[in-house]
Amino acid sequence: MNIELRVNGEPRELEVWEGESLLFALRERLGLPGSKNACEQGECGSCSVMLDGKLVCSCLVLAAQAQGHDVVTVEGLAEDGNLHRVQEAFAETGAVQCGFCTPGFVVATADLLARNADPSEDELREALSGNLCRCTGYAKIFDAVRLAASR
Amino acid sequence: MSAPAREVVLGRIGEVSRRSDAVPKVTGEFAYSSDLHAAGMLWGHTVRSPQAHARIVGIDTSRALTMPGVHAVLTHDDVPGEKLYGLEFRDQPVLAIDRVRYFGEPVALVAAEHPEQARRAAEQVRVEYELLEPIVDPERATEQAPLHPDRPTMGRGYRDDERPNVVRSLVIRHGDPDARGDVSVSGVYDVGIQDQAFLGPESGLAVPDGEGGVDVYVATQWLHVDRDQGAPCLGVAPGQVRIRLAGVGGAFGGREDLSMQIHGSMLALHTNRPVKIVYSREESFVGHIHRHPARILSEHRATREGRLVCVRVRVLLDGGAYASSSTAVTSNAASFACGPYKVDNALVESLCVYTNNPPCGAMRGFGAVQSCFAHEAQMDKLAAALDIDPVELRLLNALESGDVMPTGQVIAGKLPVAEVIRRCAALTPPEPEELPRDPLRLPGGSGNTTRGEGVRRGVGFAVGFKNIGYSEGFDDYTAARVRLHRTADGELSAEVHCAAAEVGQGVANVILQTARTELETEDVVLAAATTSAVGSAGSASASRMTWMAAGAVQLACRDALAEHRRTGSDVDLERTYRHPRTTPLDPETGQVTGERAHVAYACAAMRVVAEVDVELGLTRVVWIGTVQDVGRAVNPSAVEGQIEGGTAQGLGLALMEEIQTRDGLITNASFTDYLIPTTLDMPPVASELVEDAEPDAPYGVKGVGEPPTVVSTAAVVSALRAATGRELARVPVRPDDIVGL
Amino acid sequence: MRPSILSRPPSTLRAVDVLSPRSLEAALLLKAERPDAVPIQGGTDVMVELNFDRGRPPTLLNLNEVEELRGWSRENGTVWLGAGLTYTEAMEPPLSELLPALAEASRTVGGPQIRNRGTIGGNLGTASPAGDAIPPLLVGDAQVKLVSLRGERVVPLHEFIVGPKRNAMSDDELIAGVHVKPVSGRETFMKIGPRNAMVISVVSLALRVDGDVHAAFGSAGPVPTLVRASTDDVHTLPERVADAASPIDDVRGTAEYRRHALRVLTKRALERCLA
Repeated sequence: MNIELRVNGEPRELEVWEGESLLFALRERLGLPGSKNACEQGECGSCSVMLDGKLVCSCLVLAAQAQGHDVVTVEGLAEDGNLHRVQEAFAETGAVQCGFCTPGFVVATADLLARNADPSEDELREALSGNLCRCTGYAKIFDAVRLAASR
Repeated sequence: MSAPAREVVLGRIGEVSRRSDAVPKVTGEFAYSSDLHAAGMLWGHTVRSPQAHARIVGIDTSRALTMPGVHAVLTHDDVPGEKLYGLEFRDQPVLAIDRVRYFGEPVALVAAEHPEQARRAAEQVRVEYELLEPIVDPERATEQAPLHPDRPTMGRGYRDDERPNVVRSLVIRHGDPDARGDVSVSGVYDVGIQDQAFLGPESGLAVPDGEGGVDVYVATQWLHVDRDQGAPCLGVAPGQVRIRLAGVGGAFGGREDLSMQIHGSMLALHTNRPVKIVYSREESFVGHIHRHPARILSEHRATREGRLVCVRVRVLLDGGAYASSSTAVTSNAASFACGPYKVDNALVESLCVYTNNPPCGAMRGFGAVQSCFAHEAQMDKLAAALDIDPVELRLLNALESGDVMPTGQVIAGKLPVAEVIRRCAALTPPEPEELPRDPLRLPGGSGNTTRGEGVRRGVGFAVGFKNIGYSEGFDDYTAARVRLHRTADGELSAEVHCAAAEVGQGVANVILQTARTELETEDVVLAAATTSAVGSAGSASASRMTWMAAGAVQLACRDALAEHRRTGSDVDLERTYRHPRTTPLDPETGQVTGERAHVAYACAAMRVVAEVDVELGLTRVVWIGTVQDVGRAVNPSAVEGQIEGGTAQGLGLALMEEIQTRDGLITNASFTDYLIPTTLDMPPVASELVEDAEPDAPYGVKGVGEPPTVVSTAAVVSALRAATGRELARVPVRPDDIVGL
Repeated sequence: MRPSILSRPPSTLRAVDVLSPRSLEAALLLKAERPDAVPIQGGTDVMVELNFDRGRPPTLLNLNEVEELRGWSRENGTVWLGAGLTYTEAMEPPLSELLPALAEASRTVGGPQIRNRGTIGGNLGTASPAGDAIPPLLVGDAQVKLVSLRGERVVPLHEFIVGPKRNAMSDDELIAGVHVKPVSGRETFMKIGPRNAMVISVVSLALRVDGDVHAAFGSAGPVPTLVRASTDDVHTLPERVADAASPIDDVRGTAEYRRHALRVLTKRALERCLA
């Protein structure tokens, strides 16, 4: 089937198989592999994107459900070639190791800071509790969130 | 919203240095092995055994071959070369031949145009199984019919154990194993199966070269050993298999063994099309090796003053269906069974068996995790029996340089056990928090199960150590190649080739920092890692890659610079670095046959504060403080990251992580039921480094990846014991164990 | 290897129809025509089945575009929750003040991404013994409104769920929403999991003290179950809740632990709500 949606501000039209997730469509059909395929059941947050301004797991959105909607992926956060402040902070604090969870954390953090400019320790932990990281033990990710919030 | 570009510190040895791959990783541009595409690409899918043990009566692929979009369905008949492969022993079929030995064992392969078509076709591969009784109890495995009658691990210099299903048995006799003390404590400790649970599932892309060879873009830990296992099975020369490192989404030992490398290549060569294979999470859980589950029986005998007199330990490891790296894990579990303590008399028996349980192999900590959990529980138990402070007891017995290990090896390098203990004990945990609190700050977290009822606080302590590098005579080396030239404006410019796998640990920066330091230039690039441009780097394993890569790059840079100064012309040279040589353990006594069986050691101490809801058996780790012996920190920020991440994995094993099986079948192969710590499970980690340069190592570095994982499981459970007063002799600790059901 | 774009999907893939009605009426028409259509709202259950290759429904009925299913309102002393109400919405005041146990339960569901998508209607439709929204709705005397072209009917929640993952809906019906009594006294929700966020419940309990005492548990029997007591005999309630349970051993916990935990949770919930 054919679907039309906005991705990172651009109108896109694509052919998908009806059983495919938005994650698959982004990665395999739109050439946007930044959203990651770690569990495909909403347990890790690696595929996090913004759907109409809400943080969601793109693996749990049927591609066809995105018809007519607005999607922002990790690839859409940088502006004019400059990293988003969250991306900059993640790179700076050592919040990235293998990096497979990073796009999801970056999107979730950008969403958190857009809603809550100065999150408390509990708030940031809870806001990121849908994103798993296996490498860092999270400490430097929290450093990155605090650094981004401070800017 | 956009931040201005900031000045990036490239960094030399010892400086905090931003990861060279940080920017592509935060923007989503970094290409992981699952992100790759090639024109005309097909999708591969692996048909796996739903049985833990069965005879294959027949495989019928005819129906699958007629399914839409399908280009190939392959079985063991289609393996062009050797039918068996293995990391250290060739005991594992590329595709099952006449028998399956574990749940999830690959039986057939499908390539199709769309992954859905490949899945549907895989469903139509008819495999007829005749069920065999699975061997699932490691205690009984040595009395049951052999899974590998040809005994693939025997005849390699290990103790000749005649019993069926022995992967390796090792006995270390040291001093007088019957020596008695004033006090004796004993215990039986169990460790469940832990999974590496890296976030990037196994994946890769195999591209045929049109001349019978193949390029494999894959997430792996050791490119050359993949090549050397794959080429014979594909029936081609090693040079025709070019392994190229794709982005690696974590490894932790789980990518030492092959996943899709041979399978993808077979499909690619058969169809003459590029083939991509991406495992699902479920497939990842069943498709790779795990940490060995263990049962450890320990007895510690000590004087009334607390000096260890004799330690007797029996370790039983379940290796699962194939050997993988089990023989080395068996040895490690034995080597570290007595802990980082002076022990004049010891008897350590370590046995690993084949079963039809999930195959086990390398995972961060590699045998030392299981041992540490047992020896530290024993030290706490001994401290209680003697009424001595547990920290004091450990200090009293702490190993140091010049001491003799139970294997007879004299510790030649640095091992500041007492210092890590002392400094860690001095770290100050936070005061208990007041009530009421948000439930997020209580055991049970967001589950809202307590407002403080039933909550007790406990402080635990543990010390652990582990070897750095490959042991027991393994010819372990790393190659690096440096190309030097002067740019038009007279500056020195270098391109470094090293096949060290950047798996997230930060070895790319280690290489770059080393080259910048040696060449005194910022103009250094690291070429993509591939088998076709440089010799083997060995594995990103055993906490060895920093030491080995730094050693190789240092050597190559120094020689390249000397050559360049001598000739004034461009240089392109390759050098191979070896660490101090090791020798095997004596098969009968477990004693060293040369100067050393292990290259070097690193230790860590950890203090943990936990709160436990003793009525519900739920926990919250509040704070962790740790001091680690690192030799020298190449990149202090990355070292902290390794400590924090390694600690989280050990915490996971202590509290929640376990692959569960029923008759050999995995019952929780998903992130819904195999749980790893979340942001609400990991406490802050206060870490300090002991930098005492290792004499034989480049810049004095030691590896840092494993000690935190080794010690944290033990330390977390120590805190739970302190809070609950229960023995908690099994990890992961279940709510039932805390409640006492 | 640079990422590039997969060509169009092969035409030989098995068809799955996705229907995206834009009104409830259109949805009911489609459901009547295609009774095998599987409704999908937040996708947090249905997509897992698809991604994990556990099912290939011939038709998916996407309810995201049906405006009438969204939101909540007050109606004649009860609270109306549209089937499309998300957990995130259930956590926000003033709704969270009217139904605090539902808000607490919602906070335990998955991570924020799941709470932004997962819906009350989906939880009811799936009818899992572990459905987190169900115990709080049971103690709020929830009445499920089912609609079809034939008309509408109201089914008490405890009759709606008829077995593990089975509900009382006919093939042509959809869940419009539920009516719930707002709490006038106190209520709470507790859920046990092996880690401190993102867990399927090992066992859960909602308890409301509102004149009488209503307790409902999840994950301790084939269906979430309601137990009533008067305020006079609350001391026997922990035991009665444990007795009402028929838990099993599974990968998430043991039957014995679940029964034990229910006693503890009930006792604590009573202390919270009677304090």
